[in-house]
Amino acid sequence: MCLAVPARITRFDEPGQGLVDYLGSEVKANFSLLPEARVGDWVIVHAGFAISVMDKHEARQTLRLFREMAKTDR
Amino acid sequence: MKKISLELGGGGRLMRDFIAGRILPSFGNPILDELADAGLLPEGLAFTTDSYVVDPLFFPGGDIGMLAVNGTVNDLVVSGAAPKYLSLAFILEEGLETGVLERVLKSLRTAALKAGVRIVTGDTKVVRRGQGDKIYINTAGVGVSIARPAAERIRPGDKIILTGTLGDHSLAVLVARGEFGLRSSARSDCAPLLFLLPLWKKGALWMRDITRGGLATVLSELAERLPLPLLIEEPAIPLSRAVRGASEILGIDPLYMACEGKAVVVAPARKAGQFLQEIRRSPLGRKAAVIGEVQDKVGKPGELLLRTESGGLRLLEPLTSELLPRIC
Amino acid sequence: MKELRNKRAVRRLLDDISDRAAALPSPVRLMEVCGTHTMALFRNGLTPLLAEAGVEMVSGPGCPVCITPDGIHEAAIDLLTEKEGITLASFGDMTRVPTRKGSLQSAVPARDSRAMIVYSPAEALDEARRNPSRPTVFFGAGFETTIPAIAVTVQEAAAAGLRNFSVLRALWLIPPALRAILEAGEVAITGFLYPGHVSAIIGLRPYEFVAGEYGVPGAVAGFEPGDILLAVRSVLDQAVEGKPRVALEYSRAVRPDGNPRARAIMDEVFEPYDTEWRGLGVIAESGLGFRRKFASFDAAKRFGLRTVGSGRAPRGCRCGEVLRAVVRPDGCRLFGLKCTPESPLGPCMVSYEGACLIHYKYNRGAREVS
Repeated sequence: MCLAVPARITRFDEPGQGLVDYLGSEVKANFSLLPEARVGDWVIVHAGFAISVMDKHEARQTLRLFREMAKTDR
Repeated sequence: MKKISLELGGGGRLMRDFIAGRILPSFGNPILDELADAGLLPEGLAFTTDSYVVDPLFFPGGDIGMLAVNGTVNDLVVSGAAPKYLSLAFILEEGLETGVLERVLKSLRTAALKAGVRIVTGDTKVVRRGQGDKIYINTAGVGVSIARPAAERIRPGDKIILTGTLGDHSLAVLVARGEFGLRSSARSDCAPLLFLLPLWKKGALWMRDITRGGLATVLSELAERLPLPLLIEEPAIPLSRAVRGASEILGIDPLYMACEGKAVVVAPARKAGQFLQEIRRSPLGRKAAVIGEVQDKVGKPGELLLRTESGGLRLLEPLTSELLPRIC
Repeated sequence: MKELRNKRAVRRLLDDISDRAAALPSPVRLMEVCGTHTMALFRNGLTPLLAEAGVEMVSGPGCPVCITPDGIHEAAIDLLTEKEGITLASFGDMTRVPTRKGSLQSAVPARDSRAMIVYSPAEALDEARRNPSRPTVFFGAGFETTIPAIAVTVQEAAAAGLRNFSVLRALWLIPPALRAILEAGEVAITGFLYPGHVSAIIGLRPYEFVAGEYGVPGAVAGFEPGDILLAVRSVLDQAVEGKPRVALEYSRAVRPDGNPRARAIMDEVFEPYDTEWRGLGVIAESGLGFRRKFASFDAAKRFGLRTVGSGRAPRGCRCGEVLRAVVRPDGCRLFGLKCTPESPLGPCMVSYEGACLIHYKYNRGAREVS
């Protein structure tokens, strides 16, 4: 029940509102649930609301893990 | 169904049932029964019609005028006919600004010139304010048959070519409507598919332009008429970055998003490479790709299967009702 | 994130999963409770691949469309078809559920009323702002991922004095449903996949009772194929080691403590109460209703709607049992015969992530992979 994608905050308009960019598409988003979010952060956006800030370090770890798995055969 | 619902107009199964259950019994004849994009007349002509009801009238990359010409032109092209003449009928709503109408007329004119068709007859009606949505357009088209589509000659190994990226028109309209606060570089792909005409003489077996219902609907309909299953490869399907992003963020599947200038072409196995090269020569076909094939190893007759990026297999169904964004 | 869809990586994880499944007593059965997981498994063709690896995936009550009883769907239809001059703004998924009164999508609105599909409750509020003299009702169903968004919207409506805005709510909490399934003990579950984005809100603690009290392993999973398979592998590891816990396999999006601010906002606007889920009956403290301070935004109250409805499913419809994973979709006698995607009898066949619809699609498809 949680269709959401990671998107990058591109700007804030009024308090708690702004735009996020996902692969070149910009969508309005509400940031009331993430008062600590900043422009440039990657956030998980669900139904027009940012619900969580992506942890870049963890994301990199995960990508690294998968790049490894994609390489070698067992 | 006692009253007509908006759902019926969505172009999916409900529409097909409506046609099968009410239209065909009323008018059925061998030409209509084919339910092709155009009626193929024994006199060597092809004849088609379409009505255009779009909101908003103007969107990035096009407008209702362009749609009205290219939609009908393309129905003729994919039916194996060179488009020649169009009729043009308007239903205008009282109060429509003449400036808007002028823009649409200009666009119709330009599109007709580009598509090499002449508008030879027409009609204009005006209805009371509130009884129409600014402009409704109907165009009917006549073309000269070059070849007859031959789905019955399709064999295992024949390839499915998609002429370009999916969903651009659909996304452009969503953006123009200002829905979901969406901003995007998306532009409608509304265009005439005349560059496909030479392929008919070179042995093309079947073509369809991808409109409402998207790629999955068009190919499911093909699969249903064949005794063979179709298999397409998800990684091979061209998508623009804009459509990829917007579809993921809104939960709309690009395989079901409408286009207005893209088609699928079924090419005989040994000619697929040549067809692809030819299509790519046109600026409108640069992103064309072989996305799959007709085959008899995987799946059952009548099925359209998708091999996913991660190696799984999935059955694709035609669109059953209006494509809605998901949150779940 | 295409690395998370890479064929070779997926194959490696499946092999790992296969090894672990072989070391466990069969059937090895994992339950997910999230419509988006059901969809992700389906869209990527993962369910047959996992079955080959020895793991059966079942769907629990993770589809808010499916578990919302008919009464609430019918209340929405009543509102749209009987009340003049209103706008009903709904999530798309909600509009296709068949009830005795038809579906919301096929309902013909009352004079000067209209339905609109929204992707966010914020859009419904914008609509209310644009037309302050017209009642705008947001038909909002969802779990903890969506509830904070609805709560914020209600707060904003209150702050802006938008008295024409109200919410017809169907708000559900996942952990009580997990407890109900475990308590019922109807189906043997090796482990759970926990919903990644619900967890982004609630964190890990609400699931601890599953491991602690019932000894069942679980892992919070993301939604890419790689995310799901990592979580499946983790659950099986726990089962093999005999050490059930709540593993976090979606750390890029989920903190162990979730989003405390979101929870605080939810708590300000809503309070839990005992409510009925389709197929699971009444579950204690499993639904959210408006606190008194915000009660004026409750559309059911404002329009005097009956939300406890007919709820009588067509004869033979086993959607409820399907939602509890007690019966597989093809165990229902109506499945594929009287109940198909073109003529669905219950929400499980209608909703994009309904178990019956998905089972129908991929089970009709190929079993061989060349």
